[in-house]
Amino acid sequence: MKSFRRLIYPYMVWAGIFIVIPMLMIVIYAFTKEGNDTMTLQFTIENFVRFFEDQIFIQVLIRSLILAIITTIICILIGYPAAYFIARLKPNSQSIMVLLITLPMWINMLVRTYAWRGILLETGLPEEIKVYIGMVYNFLPFMILQIYTSLSKMDPSLLVAAQDLGCNSRQVFTKVILPLSVPGIISGITLVFLPAVSSFFIPKLLGGGSYVLIGNLIENYFVTTGDWNFGSAISLIMTVVILLSMYFTKKFDYDKENGK
Amino acid sequence: MKKKQYFSKSYLLLIMAFFYLPIVYVVFFSFNDSKSLTNFTGFSFRWYEQMFANRTMMESIYYSVVIAVLATIISTIVGTVAAIGLSRSKRLIKETVSQVNNLSMLNPEIVTAIGLMLFFTSLNIPFGFWTLLLAHIIFCIPYVMLSITPKLRQLDENLAEAALDLGCTPFQALIKVIIPQIMPGIVSGALIAFTMSFDDFVISYFVTGPGINNISTYVYSSVKRINPSVNALSTIIVVAITLVLIIVNVVPLIRERKKKNETNY
Repeated sequence: MKSFRRLIYPYMVWAGIFIVIPMLMIVIYAFTKEGNDTMTLQFTIENFVRFFEDQIFIQVLIRSLILAIITTIICILIGYPAAYFIARLKPNSQSIMVLLITLPMWINMLVRTYAWRGILLETGLPEEIKVYIGMVYNFLPFMILQIYTSLSKMDPSLLVAAQDLGCNSRQVFTKVILPLSVPGIISGITLVFLPAVSSFFIPKLLGGGSYVLIGNLIENYFVTTGDWNFGSAISLIMTVVILLSMYFTKKFDYDKENGK
Repeated sequence: MKKKQYFSKSYLLLIMAFFYLPIVYVVFFSFNDSKSLTNFTGFSFRWYEQMFANRTMMESIYYSVVIAVLATIISTIVGTVAAIGLSRSKRLIKETVSQVNNLSMLNPEIVTAIGLMLFFTSLNIPFGFWTLLLAHIIFCIPYVMLSITPKLRQLDENLAEAALDLGCTPFQALIKVIIPQIMPGIVSGALIAFTMSFDDFVISYFVTGPGINNISTYVYSSVKRINPSVNALSTIIVVAITLVLIIVNVVPLIRERKKKNETNY
């Protein structure tokens, strides 16, 4: 059996070249200035200084975070009741509902967002609302499915026990169902918040170009301006922000589980 | 109690209406007679004709399919071999490789995309079909490995050992004993790879070159003008995917029923 061990070596080389090196290149670009040869690398933090000194960039970063946070909250508020109702249907109807929710997800995200553009074209809604509709539309299924999974795994006898012990239906929900579905909510947050921070085609398609997010900024610096060093610095900042927020979400979950 | 049920059913109905509204909308307006996206003036196949006459559009469908098929085949083979190797590796290697794979899967797509863009540029590889294909293979493999690894964990090690004792070469043991047992994982990995590749926009957008578009990058580039033949294209995708999903979900049901009938005799 040990002879199969060797089968991993080619992939280790592959992953090193195609996954690790590209990431390192972003870091190198972020810390250097334009027009550098590989031989004469000169490290600088100028790109980061430029980002944090400019009000506009900070505003875009904050706007992206707020958009992602609000999108996530809306998805929880709309998605939780939906998941809860699905979990209480008959088993057959449950699987049909799950299939019905998954089906649109198989259709290209861009195609669906394009359709929303047509629907919202002449509604006269402000750009920001249009972007929110597009974001919630794209990410809501993930939230519903995650919460539904954690709800359907729940042991029904727990609910009966809670009722027997004198909980009314509201207490059963707040003391038993809700705490047990927190892991589902947390993984839902991961699946919604992460891509929402960095999304750039939803705001571009629905916001009509005037609604700039951090993802659009990165796209601009890579595709239009061609300032790859600054673009790399922005994406590094974004990655750090995302990692930090994920760390706090996970920590919150961990602390809660441990009763802190 | 009745009232509550009524409420929950109408709530779910509303959610479904929200999910299906844009799909119904594209299908409906793909048959519109005029260019308008808000007024339905009459029924016609005009946009379908235009779609089939539009070379860039047809090419984008072609590239989406070809890239997805090739990326699926290659990433499934490489991913299967790597996952088997990984399951037998020492802990340190196991953890390092899984961490790197996680990095690839959890990274925001746009970061993976610009990483590959910088990488290809620094090697002077011209952007186009090959960079697009390579990028798709790169991001698909970790997902294939992820879906095979649990199956490998359930595998009985003694079986491969027995095959070797009975005179199989390691290669034969791999093909005849290990692969058949992890087949469900391989199939679901391949399915994930196909959909990831077929749907991908962000990574494709950054690593593709002039003249090479998949459906997503084509839709993105044509969004500045109103182009109702995109609705026709979307409708065809919707119909194709619905058919595939129906077949995938209904065929096992029919088979099960047949089996039941057979056992009844």
